[in-house]
Amino acid sequence: MKLYTKDHEWVAIDGDVATVGITTYAQGQLGDVVFVELPDVGKQLTKGGEAAVVESVKAASEVYAPLDGEVVEANEKLADDPALVNLEPETGGWFLKMKLPAGTDTSELMDEAAYEAFVQTL
Amino acid sequence: MSHDTPVLETPLSAAHAALGARMVPFAGYLMPVQYPTGILAEHQWVRDHAGLFDVSHMGQGALVGPDHATTAKALERLVPADALGLEPGRQRYTQLLNDEGGILDDLMYSREAGADGRILLVVNAACKADDWAHIAANLPAEVRLETFEDRALLALQGPEAEAVLEALGAEVGSMRFMDVAAHTIAGVPMLVSRSGYTGEDGFEISVAACDVVRLWDLLLQDERVKPIGLGARDSLRLEGGLCLYGHDIDTTTSPIEAGLSWSIQKRRRKEGGFPGAERIQRELAEGPSRMRVGLLVAGRQPAREGAEIATKDGTIVGRVTSGGFGPSVEGPVAMGYVPLIHAQPGTDLDLLVRGKALPARIVALPFVPARFRR
Repeated sequence: MKLYTKDHEWVAIDGDVATVGITTYAQGQLGDVVFVELPDVGKQLTKGGEAAVVESVKAASEVYAPLDGEVVEANEKLADDPALVNLEPETGGWFLKMKLPAGTDTSELMDEAAYEAFVQTL
Repeated sequence: MSHDTPVLETPLSAAHAALGARMVPFAGYLMPVQYPTGILAEHQWVRDHAGLFDVSHMGQGALVGPDHATTAKALERLVPADALGLEPGRQRYTQLLNDEGGILDDLMYSREAGADGRILLVVNAACKADDWAHIAANLPAEVRLETFEDRALLALQGPEAEAVLEALGAEVGSMRFMDVAAHTIAGVPMLVSRSGYTGEDGFEISVAACDVVRLWDLLLQDERVKPIGLGARDSLRLEGGLCLYGHDIDTTTSPIEAGLSWSIQKRRRKEGGFPGAERIQRELAEGPSRMRVGLLVAGRQPAREGAEIATKDGTIVGRVTSGGFGPSVEGPVAMGYVPLIHAQPGTDLDLLVRGKALPARIVALPFVPARFRR
């Protein structure tokens, strides 16, 4: 199940683990990504709180946690190859995996059709 | 300096839109920050080929007096550079100073051959209204300021810039760095200077606003030329160690602190007679208390404007004034001010970014050697 936020993150949920990244639209807005600051494994993320920082040539932008959860993996490939965020934003350029608590409510997230419609309004 | 006034456009706005530029407000103008290929590709294109920039937002004007000496002396009351000794067909860089020797703006001034008594000025977009008011208020009766609202400005920068202009019939090959000369391309008269803001060889081209779209299109027909936005302009000038007004220099910095002593010629250093001369002569003699330095940052994480500069024992000694990712350096670079005792190349410092200390080493500027055709 792949869901989206209004902050242009995607969240792919498989069981109790969510993989998080930024959308194709978001990477296009940011431009060339030159650095990604990822959270340490074990860090507790709070929905809406800072999860990562993505730096383009021009500026630094915060990436917010789409849900509550504990970081179980960060994408180490981004350290050497931050351009993956531009080249494969919704696959190889993922940022982090987080373990979701039981009963996580995803109802505020958008499905793909709703996100596409949202982007069209921007 | 206000950024919330109605947004102005340059005569090339439609051309930028047609090229798919992302437009952003800058200094009161809507300007292209990048085209679809992106900042890294645009930066590299300028290093390898020729990049075309619309810099029509910049202020263009002229001081007009009865003869060169009168006009030059009027300018010398406002800036620390030698205008009197400027030869016809040459351009120089200088700064408008306040009475404390702080920098009100930095600018280029030039003397077009065959136009005795006219000194042309190019000032920053964000400062132009204030600059023009300041200059006009401080001129003697026999010298007046003309501002050119009907002129556009292009920059063609990179190692293939000369060949591109020559192919269009402008014989710029004999021009040296900071030469200024009139040329014509396809019947369009233009004033060309061999200068720029990228650290690469290149030209700035002043043309009538009504001719600029035609010239822009003509230049882009050459496959060696691509349009370049303000994003790459910033990464190129940063790697070139060039100051951005309002960031690396402002009213609180003197030209000496900023490492711009080279732009103050010998006669002016000795004679003074410009605003803030006392401070500047003292800093020249005794050294300033702080200096602008280049910082090569370890790792990949950029340190941007505002990041604190600390010694290895944690003492904050300065602040980053410009910083980002240097595409040609292939790593983060920054500039900032530190006390003179920490300003030696080779000094190891830390830049504090979001609570993390990024190791950085002071290096001589520029980060990427300039390739001017001297």
